[in-house]
Amino acid sequence: MSEQTIKKKIEVRGATKIFGKNSKRAAQQLKEGKSKNEILKETGATVGVNNATFDVYEGEIFVIMGLSGSGKSTLVRLLNRLIDPTLGHILLDGDDIVQMNKEQLREVRRKKISMVFQNFALLPHKTIAENAEYGLEIQGVAKIERQSKAKESLKLVGLAGYEDQYPHQLSGGMKQRVGLARALANDPDILLMDEAFSALDPLIRKDMQNELLQLHHDMGKTIIFITHDLDEALRIGDRIALMKDGEIVQIGTPEEILMSPSNDYVERFVEDVDLSKVLTAGHVMVKADTVKVDRGPRVALRLMKQLGISSIYVLDNSNRLLGAVTAVDALAASNSEKSLEEIIITDLPMVSTDTVLTELFDVVSTASIPVAVISEDRKLQGILIRGPLIGALSGDNKFINSDGTVNLVEQTDTEVNKNG
Amino acid sequence: MDELLPRIPFAEWIDIAVNWLVTTFGTVFDGIADLLEGIVEGSVDILDMFPSILLAVLFSLLAWFISTRKIALFSLFGLLFIDYLGYWYSMLQMLALVLTSVFFAISIGIPIGIWGSQKENVRKSVVPVLDLMQTMPAFVYLLPAIFFFNIGVVPGVVASVIFAMPPTIRLTMLGIQQVPEELIEATQAFGSTTWQRLSKVQIPLAKPTIMAGVNQSIMLSLSMVVIASMVGAPGLGADVYRAVTQLKTGEGFEAGLSVVIIAIMLDRITQHAGKNKKGGTTL
Repeated sequence: MSEQTIKKKIEVRGATKIFGKNSKRAAQQLKEGKSKNEILKETGATVGVNNATFDVYEGEIFVIMGLSGSGKSTLVRLLNRLIDPTLGHILLDGDDIVQMNKEQLREVRRKKISMVFQNFALLPHKTIAENAEYGLEIQGVAKIERQSKAKESLKLVGLAGYEDQYPHQLSGGMKQRVGLARALANDPDILLMDEAFSALDPLIRKDMQNELLQLHHDMGKTIIFITHDLDEALRIGDRIALMKDGEIVQIGTPEEILMSPSNDYVERFVEDVDLSKVLTAGHVMVKADTVKVDRGPRVALRLMKQLGISSIYVLDNSNRLLGAVTAVDALAASNSEKSLEEIIITDLPMVSTDTVLTELFDVVSTASIPVAVISEDRKLQGILIRGPLIGALSGDNKFINSDGTVNLVEQTDTEVNKNG
Repeated sequence: MDELLPRIPFAEWIDIAVNWLVTTFGTVFDGIADLLEGIVEGSVDILDMFPSILLAVLFSLLAWFISTRKIALFSLFGLLFIDYLGYWYSMLQMLALVLTSVFFAISIGIPIGIWGSQKENVRKSVVPVLDLMQTMPAFVYLLPAIFFFNIGVVPGVVASVIFAMPPTIRLTMLGIQQVPEELIEATQAFGSTTWQRLSKVQIPLAKPTIMAGVNQSIMLSLSMVVIASMVGAPGLGADVYRAVTQLKTGEGFEAGLSVVIIAIMLDRITQHAGKNKKGGTTL
């Protein structure tokens, strides 16, 4: 993500929350560098969030991740001042919400920030439609207008037709869709999602993650997502802030967190991550050897001989993948004066760059020629070779392309293309 | 020891205070008395315009509308039975007294309960007063009530209001405070004002609990009718009181049974009124 060019939506500067009576004294001790436990012992005050400083850029999904008690839920509540910070500033589009009076704050909550809750927090006495309308209702939006907006946002989350049901009639996943629809109906710039999917079972959770990503892709809202689940954080986060004991220990992209943990805590945290669910074809592919279709079978054959490989990919003039030819076919074709086009094998195994490894194993293991990795417009990005793939799984950085394009792995031709 | 610890003259102070109130606010109390008496007697007059059978049918239809057919049938036969025993007019007088007391207990109690649920200080000062109201023997404040309002139905209504109000206040506070924290957070996160949070979320969700309080207030106010009759309030209570003082056990039971029928009827109807028929309050 090119962060310099993108607008800062939220700037958090030294936000600190201390719970308890002696918060002033505790704040002083915090400045002196005392630990959370020492302060608790001496003043009886609990440090919820300690000096959090970070930016959230417009349109990104910023994940705040940590175990229970790490202060992540407190931190997200500071952002809309459901909890007032003890110290620090929180700038929203440049305006400090800590300085705002009640009316200004209410306006921000109504127009700019919506929130989705872990246990849904639906109003049990209102229908699904009325729940989705709530944010607009309290703004005094006319009934007809808010009904149509609520209907629209329910449709967006796949709940069209459920308008007149009551929350207790819905399953957990559907309830959270209502929670999401309620938040979207206000058309806010920012969505705060506090462990929004944590109460859902794993399959539903994954569906919801996918749908959230799709919604985010379509609507481009800034999302701040709280979770204790690292896999979830890695799946949906553009950037992740890792919290421990009320402090942010590292902020970075999922790969930065995984590949260069800033301290032991983060390292311990990420060591159990199933890389096969995180890494994609783009991360593990290697550069492919190709030939243009109009070069003919002899050129193809010579390239294969030079590189010591038994098959080669054929591209058209705009670099789109047409298929592959084997050395045997190319030899036969050059003897019988056929063109390359006539001997292309077109039913190649192909995957897109963002396919995760777990979904690749099956294809790679059964393919007789290396699996092609293509972009949306069918341009060949690279190929998958078993050796580097296993190397990447072991966490070896040598085999992982950091930005999803081929450059890190120096391929050794002979070893690489024996598959063919 | 008596000389060392001078007796604090509480009793004298209270007598002085009551006297002062009577002399200073006499006209105000007279006004309140006229109003209450007007309401009670007016309702009796209106109810008495209907033939007893028609009124019994109307009551049971109302019971059917609010609750179930079973309760409607019970109400119909219960009311006809009271009429048959010859306590119809007494019953109307009691009903008017009870409903007037409950009306005031609710209209004062629910706002206080809501206020208390919002403000810690209010709650802390209200609760001991409620304890006092409920545990102070009713006869004690019947006396000043007579000074303020003379004898008759009015001191009975006032005593009933005082005695019946606490459950409504308590359960209103409880019901509102029981609304889950997450729902409060949600309403705040969307930018509700205090009044919007109360009126759109907390009070609707607290309704079953508030209604349980109203139900309790009705029951307590019914239990006051015999006591109220001692200061001259008419009705079934007075019938019971007379029967007891004249050692007429049979008549006492007849009147007492009529009170029970009315009590069961009001109890069942208000219990059902608290339940939400459509939708649900399950969280």
